Amino acid sequence: MIGMEEKLSFFKDGLRLDGRRPDELRPIKIEVGVLARADGSCYIEMGDNKVIAAVYGPREVHPRHLQEVTRAIVRYRYNMASFSVEERKRPGPDRRSYEVSKVSREALEPVILTSYFPRSVVDIFVEVLQADAGTRTAGINAASVALADAGIPMKSLISSCAAGKVDGEIVLDPMKAEDNFGEADVPIAMTPGGDVTLLQMDGRMTGDEFRRALELAKEGCQQIYEVQRRVLVDRYGTIGGPGSCDAAEAEEEI
Amino acid sequence: MDHNNDRNVVVPGDLLSDDPKKSGEGTYVKDGKVRSLLYGMASSYKDKVRVIPLAGKYVPAPGDTVIGTVQDIVFSNWIVNINSPYEGLLHISELPRKIEMNEMSKYLRIGSSVMARVKDVDSTMKVELTMNDRRLGILTRGRVAEISPTRVPRLIGKGGSMINMLKKELNCNLFVGQNGRIWVDGNDDDMDLALKTILIIEKEAHTTGLTDRIMDFLRSEKEARS
Repeated sequence: MIGMEEKLSFFKDGLRLDGRRPDELRPIKIEVGVLARADGSCYIEMGDNKVIAAVYGPREVHPRHLQEVTRAIVRYRYNMASFSVEERKRPGPDRRSYEVSKVSREALEPVILTSYFPRSVVDIFVEVLQADAGTRTAGINAASVALADAGIPMKSLISSCAAGKVDGEIVLDPMKAEDNFGEADVPIAMTPGGDVTLLQMDGRMTGDEFRRALELAKEGCQQIYEVQRRVLVDRYGTIGGPGSCDAAEAEEEI
Repeated sequence: MDHNNDRNVVVPGDLLSDDPKKSGEGTYVKDGKVRSLLYGMASSYKDKVRVIPLAGKYVPAPGDTVIGTVQDIVFSNWIVNINSPYEGLLHISELPRKIEMNEMSKYLRIGSSVMARVKDVDSTMKVELTMNDRRLGILTRGRVAEISPTRVPRLIGKGGSMINMLKKELNCNLFVGQNGRIWVDGNDDDMDLALKTILIIEKEAHTTGLTDRIMDFLRSEKEARS
């Protein structure tokens, strides 16, 4: 070894640093209705990302001049806690969080039926408690579930995840090491029907690699959608829903 | 997919039917398919599929009776909070008797509770209220409870079955506003029980056989008291 440039590998026996296959998501955990004050809320863990989303509204718009006469406006505030990353993050909005807020809002707005609530606002707050690459996608997933929980009419849920390129390979849902030292990161958001509402790319890829990354991320979104849907359905399935009432009551129904 | 299940939890975007003519409340049609707009319970209703939301805000509609609290007094209107993204406007001419403009706060002060009806809602969601009906008026006695407006139909029950049972069993006067506020009047013990019961109904609104269970609950509570 002449230089110190010993090349670190991102793969071992075809598996990634955390033991995942290249097309495998990190484990996901979703909880609905975690905040009593908010109209809708959701807590999500995607790998080591921990994100909480709160939805308020539709409610009156303050300041008044922002209100739209024919539709509701949507506000999305993405914020990282100062303790969410290794090096303390200076609190408050910065260039990056403005950008994430904007693209996330635009990822969700197309499915919200804003025309149902003129002169009002739907406020979405996303707080990142722990970050490990892919916080914007986790935030969008949580916000989408929180919107449903708030009873806001939507055409569908939105699911979001990223694909990346590390060591020349396309991988699903890059974690921090892969994101920091990889060659590219492509976060997307989409409806279960396949309409893409967010598409960003950081880094370099060939056209072919990009197409493969997009396909992979879409598959990831479908998997996330199944989790989001199941969590929402199960929440009421435990007491009410078909075939789920307790034995004593089931008898009473017959 | 099973469309016949009577009580089915659905999320926005779920497929409900392949027949666009079946699109009812809380649904939309895209590419000839009926899908849900809401997170709620899907059910068939008069050969349509509809979705009843599990959460959401009250959106005023003409003809609804609501319970509100006066928030402000401007010119010849009272601004009334009706538990909604939109505030209600109650004009002095909408009161059963004639009132002078400078006497407005004598009749209805900030913080007063009223039972009112939505007279009109325009496209910009300006909500006009009226109290010009014998059944409406100012609330001077009793208590007001607040539940999610989406649970109101359950509190009333099929053809008023739940609310009539409550009135009978509780020995209380009850009035349910479409906006999720409920006025209860009776003696203190009865009102305590009424509020407790209402909160149980709110929490279990999506379950089956609720009316009977509430009746059992009330009977056992009353037995325990006597």
